[in-house]
Amino acid sequence: MNHLDLLTFARGTALNWALVIFVLGITLRLFEIFGLGRKADLAKPRSNSCGNGWRTMFTRSLPPEGMLKREPVTYIAGYIFHVGLLAVIFLFAPHIEFFRSFFGFGWASLPSALVDALVVASILALGVLLAHRLNNPVKRMLSGFGDYLAWAATLLPLLTGYMAYHHLMFEYTLMLALHIFSVELLLVLLPFTKLFHTFSVFISRWYNGDIFGRKGVAS
Amino acid sequence: MSATLAKGINSFKDVIDAPIASFFSSCVHCGLCAEACLFYTETGDAKYTPIHKLEPLRRVWQQEYTLLGKLGKALGLSKPITDEELAEWEPLVYDSCTMCGRCAMVCPVGNDLTYMIRKMREGMSASGHAPADLVGATTRAVNLGSPMGIKWPAVLAQIKHVQDETGIEVPVEKSGVDYLVLMSSMEIINFPEYLSALSRIFKQAGVSWTLAQDAFEATNSGIQIGASDLAREIVSRIVIAAERLKVKCVISPECGHAFTALRWEGPNLMGKAYTFDVKHILEVLDELRSAGKLKTNGKDKRPLTYHDPCQIARRGGVIEQPRHILGDIAADFREMPDAGKMNWCCGGGGGVSANSRAEPLRLEVFKHKKGQIEATGVKTLVTACANCRIVMEESLEHYHMKVEVIGLTELLAEYLVEDKAL
Repeated sequence: MNHLDLLTFARGTALNWALVIFVLGITLRLFEIFGLGRKADLAKPRSNSCGNGWRTMFTRSLPPEGMLKREPVTYIAGYIFHVGLLAVIFLFAPHIEFFRSFFGFGWASLPSALVDALVVASILALGVLLAHRLNNPVKRMLSGFGDYLAWAATLLPLLTGYMAYHHLMFEYTLMLALHIFSVELLLVLLPFTKLFHTFSVFISRWYNGDIFGRKGVAS
Repeated sequence: MSATLAKGINSFKDVIDAPIASFFSSCVHCGLCAEACLFYTETGDAKYTPIHKLEPLRRVWQQEYTLLGKLGKALGLSKPITDEELAEWEPLVYDSCTMCGRCAMVCPVGNDLTYMIRKMREGMSASGHAPADLVGATTRAVNLGSPMGIKWPAVLAQIKHVQDETGIEVPVEKSGVDYLVLMSSMEIINFPEYLSALSRIFKQAGVSWTLAQDAFEATNSGIQIGASDLAREIVSRIVIAAERLKVKCVISPECGHAFTALRWEGPNLMGKAYTFDVKHILEVLDELRSAGKLKTNGKDKRPLTYHDPCQIARRGGVIEQPRHILGDIAADFREMPDAGKMNWCCGGGGGVSANSRAEPLRLEVFKHKKGQIEATGVKTLVTACANCRIVMEESLEHYHMKVEVIGLTELLAEYLVEDKAL
């Protein structure tokens, strides 16, 4: 199999299977959560608006007062990584072309040089977060194989994408195939690791906002 | 597997619902919850990280309610929950968590860890892994009517004392009145000034109220230990009395978890919505104040600060009311850092103060409150929870701090304009 065949496989059959596992996995995990149900709260709420949940879904993206100072590394590196990753996935011109071929429509992209800088920033942030995970007693205690696997699975697409773009290490076609494989690995792992928070974070934040909101507290 | 362990694990399975599944699914092990927990911040010991306290419950969720977990269990790859492990976790779940809910405000993925601890305690108590002191308190509450073993004659003695002191009749078993007043054991034994203050305030405000012989105790150790059947038994006494006396509203006293038990958990424990309202005493006082029924005269000159009881403020939504009242009667009111919904716990909530084994740790983590009080420079600390009050009094004494702790209701009564003609 030459590099082009490999790329064709990566873009075709492999991608299709990865997407099938991704979609089925996400669906399964959502069923696993919602299937457990939630008892109706019979206590008279101070505020009975589902808006409490929606608000917390967004407001929880900001650090509560005093927390940034207590844990600057987690917050700052966390922001850089998340913003960088999202921008790279959805605002890099070649990615938008991929989405256009998939969905039939596209959107405006960021200049490639900026995306390039964001990738570097994200990779560095991931490095800092790993070091912090290994050094911070709380994080180290909480961490297991799944955490390091999720970390590696997130780093690989960034790294291989950067290397493909800059024609580093391997020939471009091969590097691009490896990049797509790494994305497929991420897609397959996402539903079954902590990476699933990509989706469940909106559910857990909603519940949090709802539970507190019923008691009259904006959380 | 022992019968009690099986009971505990079944109880874990029962309590896991969609919110808990979403919380465990979302956790990214960032450890930020530790930074919100005074048991971690004051000791630096990683084992006090809130999400870590839930590890056995998480494994039950994973092994029972996720496909991969079930596969792992079927293949014998997963680590089963053992009695030894639950015994190891008991101090984490009971001694080092006051269910203050600060971590739930901080978790970036929105996990309500307090909600989970409350549920996890159901399985801990079912498996026989609840602290002996809490078991004793709950047994007394169920058998005698109060966790401290107080019976009606003790209340009657206090009523007599209050009537002699104020010259105001304390109504008992009055039907059709507006309010049914409850107390906490702590108020009956240690802080009789609460009932006295209330009598005077309600007389001036023209409020009709009553005490009930079979429902004077508001505290509920059932929700602290995590035994919903017992919690229901305890709360049902109040519900039955409120319905029998046809009151419009039940007043939860200056006690944090009593408010949570009665206001938020009660209807769910009973399986039906109440036919009456439940309000914390500070809500009632603020309403009377807004309606112009509560007149005060003069202001306290002492510099003072207010300690937000977690269950009243963060987990209860009563944050502005005490500040309205203090605005009327305090000349030099100073807020502590993080006051309001991000307050720091006194260290004794959620059953910790009733658990003698936890005392050294509780005194250690009080360092945070100590620092906060010192930052304000006050010598008078006002609060609205008898448990916070006794915990802080003990801790202040431990640290040789000369700070007086008073309840807000009694402070208000000191500045009440009393028309003796009424």
